Amino acid sequence: MADPQGSNTRHQAYFRANLTLIGILLVIWAFVAFGCGIFLAPWLNQWRLPGTGYPLGFWFAQQGAIYVFVILIFVYVILMNRIDRRYGVDEKD
Amino acid sequence: MTVQGWTFLIVGLSFTLYIAIAIITRARSTRDFYVAAKEVHPVANGMATAADWMSAASFIGMAGIISFLGADGAVYLMGWTGGYVLLALLLAPYLRKFGRFTVPDFIGDRYEARTARLVAVVCAIFISFTYVSGQMRGVGIVFSRFLEVDIALGVVIGMALVFFYAVLGGMKGITYTQVAQYCVLIFAFLVPAIFLSLMFADTALPQLGLGRLGDDGQSLLQRLDGLSTELGFGAYTEYGGSLINIAAITAALMLGTAGLPHVIIRFYTVRKVRDARSSAGWALLFIAILYTTAPAIAVFSRTNLLESVPETAYVESPEWLKTWEDVGLIAWDDRNGDGIITYAPGAAFAGKPIYAKDPETNEPLRGEFGQRLITNDSAGDHNELYVDRDIMVLANPEIAGLPDWVTALVAAGGLAAALSTAAGLLLVISSAVSHDLLKGAIMPNISEKRELLAARIAAGGAVVIAGLIGIWPPDYVAAIVAFAFGLAASSFFPAIVMGIFSTRMNGPGAISGMIAGIVFTTAYIIWFKFYDPSSNTPENWWFGISPEGIGVIGMLINFGVAIPVAALTRAPSPAIRTLVQDIRVPGDT
Repeated sequence: MADPQGSNTRHQAYFRANLTLIGILLVIWAFVAFGCGIFLAPWLNQWRLPGTGYPLGFWFAQQGAIYVFVILIFVYVILMNRIDRRYGVDEKD
Repeated sequence: MTVQGWTFLIVGLSFTLYIAIAIITRARSTRDFYVAAKEVHPVANGMATAADWMSAASFIGMAGIISFLGADGAVYLMGWTGGYVLLALLLAPYLRKFGRFTVPDFIGDRYEARTARLVAVVCAIFISFTYVSGQMRGVGIVFSRFLEVDIALGVVIGMALVFFYAVLGGMKGITYTQVAQYCVLIFAFLVPAIFLSLMFADTALPQLGLGRLGDDGQSLLQRLDGLSTELGFGAYTEYGGSLINIAAITAALMLGTAGLPHVIIRFYTVRKVRDARSSAGWALLFIAILYTTAPAIAVFSRTNLLESVPETAYVESPEWLKTWEDVGLIAWDDRNGDGIITYAPGAAFAGKPIYAKDPETNEPLRGEFGQRLITNDSAGDHNELYVDRDIMVLANPEIAGLPDWVTALVAAGGLAAALSTAAGLLLVISSAVSHDLLKGAIMPNISEKRELLAARIAAGGAVVIAGLIGIWPPDYVAAIVAFAFGLAASSFFPAIVMGIFSTRMNGPGAISGMIAGIVFTTAYIIWFKFYDPSSNTPENWWFGISPEGIGVIGMLINFGVAIPVAALTRAPSPAIRTLVQDIRVPGDT
């Protein structure tokens, strides 16, 4: 690289953006799994998932959390591809 | 055609397919053998990862376990899926950028220490053997139930097949065989589930069937809650165990999933960092199809059991009950002699059923209603019925009165699940021996050709040992599965995460952390599972956490030891800092 110092700070900024994204997604992950799916589940069970007979906490634990996990990974994939390009560190084909 | 005829046909066709794929995709270099030349498409890798991950336990056992645990079964559903989020965000992209062959490769290189590599090799081999023996056993059970051959012969047939495609094809052969196996297993899992959902809930999607409101304004779940409470089991949709322990087990399974070497190495096989991220997403999507269907199967079979069996006279009980009693997975001990099946909380008797036999003819002895007599001691509970949890999935087609080909399909699916997982694990064992031990420690100058030969011999040896454990399983197989996850959570996961996210973490820190985590977790599990099993009760557990969930504390201990040790010892060399900076950035730097 022509500008090693510049590329170094750019890489650090890139990694910070990555860490922020990871942090946000993992908070959602933990809240859905351990919050809605476990510790809040008995309380959430007083409601039903709208339009169904699923107790809400039970639905999170046995269905909803899994859907959220899949969505979180694809959100990470899409946003990271964008961040890769913004910082010019994406892989060339 | 009979069920057996169908089974021979469908299982035979699926095996032919696996062998054909193995021949087409055989490995020619160590790069082919260990990481499929790093050319696998992310969607194909997602499917292969899903097949690799979903074992005989997921396919045959999980729905049954959940149907008995009810809400508490969520530990498996969330625990065995949530780890993929950790893999995708914290491990897969960086390990792909690092780009070598095995997990011990990363630990050894990153921490500049042969000791670290050796600790990793020993853990990888131990975890994989623990797991693979269960798969071989699963193959044997499916063979003996559906093709009426001896369990041992079933295991040998499974061994021969895995031997053929794992030894010949290495990672490359395994990957494409796993793609085919995923298709077989998911189809086999969904077909009976859809039929059951139509029967019980009037809708084709099992995921919706559970919560769908019927004409009476009640969902199946509400009906099941009512049935369960009536019989004294407690509501199906409410947690029965302590929430702290449920959370700990869930977390240990998630962290363990993210630290299992046979899952991690799948992300070495794709072309780019970007592909490693997306293939984790595809893998979880493909896994989620089975994991969101399993709780529905659990509820359908539980409802069916509770509606058709308790308080029924044995002579009028459903036919499948007797079929599975003959197989030895159901037993009824009519202790009050009234001819009516009492089903209530508690064990029907101590341990697994021991059926009484005529000492001369060796024929089973039967009671006055035609039931098989058992010789177990009473466990002192009111319950009279023993139901093995494994039959829930296997018996479904019969319970639902589905055509014979569906039963055959379920057999092929169970075999696909067991074989695909076994192959992935055998590859980890083989690469740990040939790449990490032989090339990494004993003979660094070994030629590529001889390393490939060594990898094949190691894979072959591992197949034979795994098969032997499958034929003569030690009693503690079920107990040591907790070990595999506990070890992965307390050793690999923290060591890899710190290696990526901290430039300051060094060899002494990582090694002392891993050893502290492993020693604590192992000691805790051995104490409660082997040394003093009678003390394995919530009052004696530390922090209220059972041995299945203790990997979480092991991981915290690992971090708690590694970080101060690293702070007090020398920082890693500049070369390592450069390595860490490099794996954090996808493109060339």
